[in-house]
Parts: sequence; C-alpha cells; structure tokens
Amino acid sequence: MTAQKQKILTKKEYQKLAKDNEPRRPVLANCVRAFLAGGTICLIGQGITDIFVFYFGFTEKSAGNPTAATLIFLSVVLTSLGVYDHIAQWAGAGTAVPVTGFANSMASAALEHRTEGYVLGVGSNMFKLAGSVIVFGVFSAFIIAFIRTLIPLIGGA
Amino acid sequence: MKMGTQSWIFTNRPTIIGAAAIGGPREARGPLANDFDLLHDDLLFGEKTFEKAERKLLEEACELAIQKANLQKQDIELFLGGDLSNQIISSTFTGRSLSVPYLGLFGACSTSMQSLALAALIVDSRFGNNVLCGTASHYAAVEKQYRYPTEYGSQKPDTAQWTVTGAGAVVLGQTGAGPQVVSATIGRVVDMGLKDPFNMGAAMAPAAVDTLQAHFQDLQASPDDYDLIATGDLGRYGHQLTLDLFPKYHINMPEKKYVDCGMMIYDQNQPMRFAGGSGSACSAAVAYGHILNRMHRGELKKVLILATGALLSPLSYQQKESIPCVAHAVAIEYTVEE
Repeated sequence: MTAQKQKILTKKEYQKLAKDNEPRRPVLANCVRAFLAGGTICLIGQGITDIFVFYFGFTEKSAGNPTAATLIFLSVVLTSLGVYDHIAQWAGAGTAVPVTGFANSMASAALEHRTEGYVLGVGSNMFKLAGSVIVFGVFSAFIIAFIRTLIPLIGGA
Repeated sequence: MKMGTQSWIFTNRPTIIGAAAIGGPREARGPLANDFDLLHDDLLFGEKTFEKAERKLLEEACELAIQKANLQKQDIELFLGGDLSNQIISSTFTGRSLSVPYLGLFGACSTSMQSLALAALIVDSRFGNNVLCGTASHYAAVEKQYRYPTEYGSQKPDTAQWTVTGAGAVVLGQTGAGPQVVSATIGRVVDMGLKDPFNMGAAMAPAAVDTLQAHFQDLQASPDDYDLIATGDLGRYGHQLTLDLFPKYHINMPEKKYVDCGMMIYDQNQPMRFAGGSGSACSAAVAYGHILNRMHRGELKKVLILATGALLSPLSYQQKESIPCVAHAVAIEYTVEE
C-alpha cells in the first residue's frame, strides 16, 4: 500500500486543524458596529418621523407608515446604486435587521433576476430571501396571538 | 504514458502556441494588471446580462489565444471548455461561436488544468493538433448561481473569496519551442467533511496536497524540480493550511516556492478582497497570463499548476452535504529553440 492511500489525517483531525486556522470572527466588534449602524438607521427614522409630524401635520402614530416607506425607498435607492452591500459588509446585523434590510433583500433579488423577465424573473424571485421572513413572521405572529387568546380562557391574567 | 497511479507524462511535449488572459475591473486594479491581454473596465462590457458577459470573456480569450498562435478559427481541431454556470452554458455558447468540435467539461475551479491536461493528452497522443482549451468566470454570474444576489447586504467572513471576472485560454500544438506541457496528475475527489461555502480554501487544501503528493510520488519528483508551484484559488487561509499540511504529507516545500493564484490576483488593500480570488478564471488567468509571461521572460523554467475545485452545488449545500474537492496538476516547462 502506497503512502498516499494511507489516511494521514482523519476527517476529525483535519476539521480541527481547519478550525484552528480560521480567523476568529470579531463578535464584539461586529456587535458594536451593528449597534452603531442599527442605531443610526433608527435615528434617521426618528428624524424622518419628526419631519412628517412638524411639517406635514402627521401625528406621532400616523407618521409610522410614511417613515417606513421613506426608509424602504432610501434602502432601495442605495441597493440599486450598489452601495448597500458595502455598508452591510461593515454593519452586519445593523443593516440586516431594520426594515432597510428587508427592502434590500427584495430589491437585490429583483435586480438580480431582471434579466429573466418580469414574470419568471422579478416576480418569482423577488421573495427568494424575503419569503422566509414573511412566512415565519406570520407563523410566529399566529402562535403568539393564539397563546394570547388562550391565556384568558384558561383563567390567566 | 502513464506513470505511477494517477499521472501522465507527455513524451511528445505539446507546446502552448498561443495563450490569452482576460480580466475585469477589479482584476485591472490588482497587482497583475499588466499580465492580462485585455481588461474590461465594467462588469457588463456592452452585454445585456452577466451571463452574456461571461460568455464574451471566454469568446475573447479563445479568439485572442488563436490569434496569438497565428491560426484561424477553422484551424482549431477541438475545443475543451468549462465554467461555473449551470449546464456550462458559457462554454457551450463559445463552442457555438467557434463552430469547431467541442467537449464540455465541469471541474468547477479546477477546469483550467483539467482541460489543459486533457488537451495535452489529445495532442501528445496525436489524436488532434491545435487543441484549444479554456475557462471563464464572472463575479456576478457566479454569485447569482451559487450564493445570494450580488447587491444583497450579507456580511461575509474573512475566509470568503471574491470570484474572479476573467478568462484564460490556450492553444496546444504538436511542435515548437516555448512553454511545453510535460506531465499531469489527475486528482482524486477528496472530502474532509467541511461544509462552509464561505471557507472553500480550507475545504480544497487537502485535495491540493493529495494531488501534489501523488504527483511527486508518481514521477519521483520533489519541489526542487520546480521553480514555482501554484495552487488555483485556496486564498490566504487555504494557502496557510496547505503549508501546514505539507510536513504531515512529508513534502519538503520551501515556503517561497509555493504560491496561490487567488492570493496573487488581488492586492492586499483592495476593498472586499477577503481571503483572495476564486472562480475557474482565477487559476486560468494567472497561469496563462502572469506565470506564462514570467516563463517567456526567463524568470521561471519549470512550473507546476495545481488547479483546485470545490465540486459543490447550491443544492448539495442546502441539503447539508459536505464539499467534495478535486485538484489537477499540470507541469509546464519552458524550452528554448535549439
């Protein structure tokens, strides 16, 4: 038997070697960045809300929807200009979690598949990434609503 | 002639009579920019889709290689091509425009040396002359195929790699001085159970070392027989892992002799470079551009190119399969006219 047929490293041994070689993910730095980026987006959102309230006669509550729409619009513009993914590489969850991240996932998928036409491309691929968010968002909302309805029935608070 | 268990020696030494390397905008800003025959300054270069752009890269590389070999399209007896797109469409469409006998190959990023080894086998055995082989990859087309939409804001880890936009092609002929293909080692599929598609270097490194060890054993050779040994696209972390693996496989490799094309193609400071370049064009463009140029300048006499390929599909990854990898080695020696 030639040397090359012998197992020099087992899979386990190699996986450990590969793991040790891998750079550690800067978890703390990523958290700080996500906090700063996410916070900045919220700050911008607050600014937009204030503009709607002070200049366009919205109430604090009714300004919510146009604020989200404005943020979504900004996110789509930045995605189309090819900037959003660069910001996201730095910001991580900071740009993924807010509504801007959701808008980016849809806009990027729509852009990506535009070449396959509006029906087979844009229409069917737009929710490629956002689809799971909607499905599991709706599903978990249902479960929570279910629990909330059940608790008073069984004599809870 | 077969040597050992998995190597071929080409006694008639097929010659690379024409070679071309093409790059995209990011490659143009890299340290090897001067070694490309043609550089594009945007990702679409006048085409409507990224898939068409990928095809154009391969078509241009083939045309340039044929032109540099002082041949016409109709002189090409066979075209061997492959790429990373579904059903290797870029190669097939290139075959359509070349209109010569065509064999499509899939070896992921190992396609460059897979096709070169087969082309050398065909030319060496006199089953064909003026055999063209090449491969291309396009950042946006490949990302779309394997990962997320290009503009999707996902944070990539440091071990991720950037797909090279480019192409490389060569024409092999039966006679002549110049860079000659002298031997090849066909790799086994090696899978060490790694599953992270953002760390392909680590998945592919064992395949590279396995093929390299087989090459040295089959040919009773050692790193001393080569001026340069280059892996295809292991990137920074894969390169380091490979260096760590050499002593375990009893390969005595001088550190400076071993390089990785994925590390060479981009500059340390380029934004979003991550661990380096990848893609089937990575080893093709670096080998057929930079490395062949250095051979022509007399800086290198004998080199070994080890193209590494991760043979996963998006489906196999989603079904939690590990990443099978392969590496093919081809030795090229420069011969001056007597």
